[in-house]
Amino acid sequence: MNDAVKDSAVHYDPPIDTSTDDINAYLEGTNRSLYNFRDEGTDYYKVDEGLTREIVDQISKEKNDPEWMHEFRLKSLEIYNQMRVPDWGPPIDGLNMDNIVTYVRPKTDMKASWEDVPEEIKSTFDKLGIPQAEHKYLAGVGAQYDSELVYHHLQDFVAEHGVIYSDLESAMRGEYAQMIQDYFMKLVPPTDHKFAALHGAVWSGGSFVYVPKGVKVDIPLQSYFRLNAKGAGQFEHTLIIVEEDADLHFIEGCSAPKWNVANLHAGCVELYVKKNARLRYSTIENWSKNMYNLNTKRAIVEEGGRMEWVSGSFGSHVSYLYPTTILKGKGADCEYTGITFSGKGQDLDTGCRMVHIGEETSSLVTTKSLSKDGGIGTFRSAVEIRPSARRSKSSVDCQSLMLDDISRSDTIPEMDVCTEDCDIGHEAKIGSISDEAVFYLMSRGISEDEARAMIVSGFANPISKELPLEYAAEMNNLIKLEMEGSLA
Amino acid sequence: MSDSLLQVKGLSVGIEDGQILHDVDLTINAGETHVLMGPNGAGKSTLGNAIMGNPVYQVLDGQILFNGEDITKLTTDKRARAGMFMSFQNPLEVPGISLESFIRNGMRQVSEKQMKLLQFKKKLEETMKLLEMDPVYAERDLNVGFSGGEKKKAEILQMLMLSPKFAILDETDSGLDVDAVRTVSKGIEEYQKQTDGALLIITHNAKILEALKVDYTHILVRGSLVQTGGPELIEEISRNGFEKFIEEAAK
Repeated sequence: MNDAVKDSAVHYDPPIDTSTDDINAYLEGTNRSLYNFRDEGTDYYKVDEGLTREIVDQISKEKNDPEWMHEFRLKSLEIYNQMRVPDWGPPIDGLNMDNIVTYVRPKTDMKASWEDVPEEIKSTFDKLGIPQAEHKYLAGVGAQYDSELVYHHLQDFVAEHGVIYSDLESAMRGEYAQMIQDYFMKLVPPTDHKFAALHGAVWSGGSFVYVPKGVKVDIPLQSYFRLNAKGAGQFEHTLIIVEEDADLHFIEGCSAPKWNVANLHAGCVELYVKKNARLRYSTIENWSKNMYNLNTKRAIVEEGGRMEWVSGSFGSHVSYLYPTTILKGKGADCEYTGITFSGKGQDLDTGCRMVHIGEETSSLVTTKSLSKDGGIGTFRSAVEIRPSARRSKSSVDCQSLMLDDISRSDTIPEMDVCTEDCDIGHEAKIGSISDEAVFYLMSRGISEDEARAMIVSGFANPISKELPLEYAAEMNNLIKLEMEGSLA
Repeated sequence: MSDSLLQVKGLSVGIEDGQILHDVDLTINAGETHVLMGPNGAGKSTLGNAIMGNPVYQVLDGQILFNGEDITKLTTDKRARAGMFMSFQNPLEVPGISLESFIRNGMRQVSEKQMKLLQFKKKLEETMKLLEMDPVYAERDLNVGFSGGEKKKAEILQMLMLSPKFAILDETDSGLDVDAVRTVSKGIEEYQKQTDGALLIITHNAKILEALKVDYTHILVRGSLVQTGGPELIEEISRNGFEKFIEEAAK
């Protein structure tokens, strides 16, 4: 690794008991007030807690679904009821679906101008810096508040090229209705796992992006998801289609204030990267620490296409997050760059999956994981090289840094290689901050706290520099906040 | 209260495995250059580390005074801010922090006056030139992938930029080729001239000392200072080695 981080044996301290209902016990600690403000009364309409056919019917009616979607929801609910909760990851016993409100409509419909968004909701996004970012460096912005989009806007110069960026609901009723029907939950079917089925039944909000053939959008689009309501779930659906030779950078941000009951996020992201197209999908996930983040993301890449994931996971009480990329066409290529920071009371199970089908496909995975104050970070990777994927390449490199001896870090790499004609590499390292490096930095007048923070942000730096500038700054701030929390 | 810069009084130091230094006394005044020599394993680096406050080395007995203040219990960063510096025998690689920003950060900590960015850049450039360092190293991650020689030069660069009152050079010449030793020695000479800084040079090798003004030489054997003399001691050791001192210490 390097001198600042010394390799050591994997710690197998008994993990904290995360199965309890009382998340409160884990909520103290770090100052996250930056994200933690909450708005007590913006919901206008919400369904009852729990999940029944009546609730699904109600959501469908509320959203004015076309008939096929109504049926799709009911079918998904059936699948949900038949499937079992995953038993291989972090415990999710603290999540009780009977207590989750699956649909909360804010008291506004979608606006195309921030001026029209009600003040108390707008002020939330102001604090998060969204309108400012839009003004400075984004081609379009979508902002979701609880279950619905409250703002959506695409700059004219992008719209002129035929780029579509809208909420999924209106796309489903407009010109692209057939396309939505053809693509919606085809990549992530409701049968995939229990929470995909849940998503199929109660999904609401999210974004639809369509980039026509040959169009290169050189500045990013961004959707921001804010879950404000207590005890609620957010189930947004993001569907992006990048046509042949087109190019897009999409940024997704998420946060929520802290409540003393469980919140749930079970979003779904489906990305279609066509021949020779390129898509970069960047995420900074900063859910509050009462969140169960059970999100599903998947991309399929055609011949010569390129998919780039940049993923920062900081928040949540429990996360299951493994973006999957199916490298279908010849020469398709994927790069996954991710960082996960697990603090007190957090059990973050993250990683990615690469499925090589086409010839000469390649995947490159670089991840860093940090854990402190008893946090648990698990990195899971799965690389599958199908028999057809001759002359393919894959390289996985994951590094973990444990900031104290009560935290835990695990690496679970999996490889399923079905052809000899390929080139596969894997490297994993787990270490802790070297006292000698801290002494070295301190000998130049740097305090111990700062020395440790410098080593940690240095460790994270290769990932943060992949993020859009504002997000890199946000990530560095988050790391600093987390470090201060642990050293105060 | 004496006006000595550094006073080590009756210092005994140990690590988990046992005691290394026994009752060491050492006084260094401003502007003086002291050389510490001794066979392998005598405890030379231990003395340097203990003076700098490396927590691995525990002070069992005795005192360290700097500028008349007892610093025996002070943390390393506070010692650095008081004007102490150590050039490491094996400088550590720290990814994600550039050499330049590391130096600038250090300067912010140790000096009261803030240097303007342009002024800083200029001084850095000049100092790197003096040390025959390629300016690209300023941008590179601290010591990551540096050759042994570049690491040592980077240490001397930091010393010249931070301009401490007192610097410990822990085997700065080890593993360097003849040309690099000459360059590093030039850097040390510059430090002596510029700041009237005091030095404790820990070395095996007389080569690095040829061009330097040396005031005192100390011989450390098995954790004890067995002899102190002038620069002529260096020559004697170059000729005859440490055998005589080791034998005397065994008596």
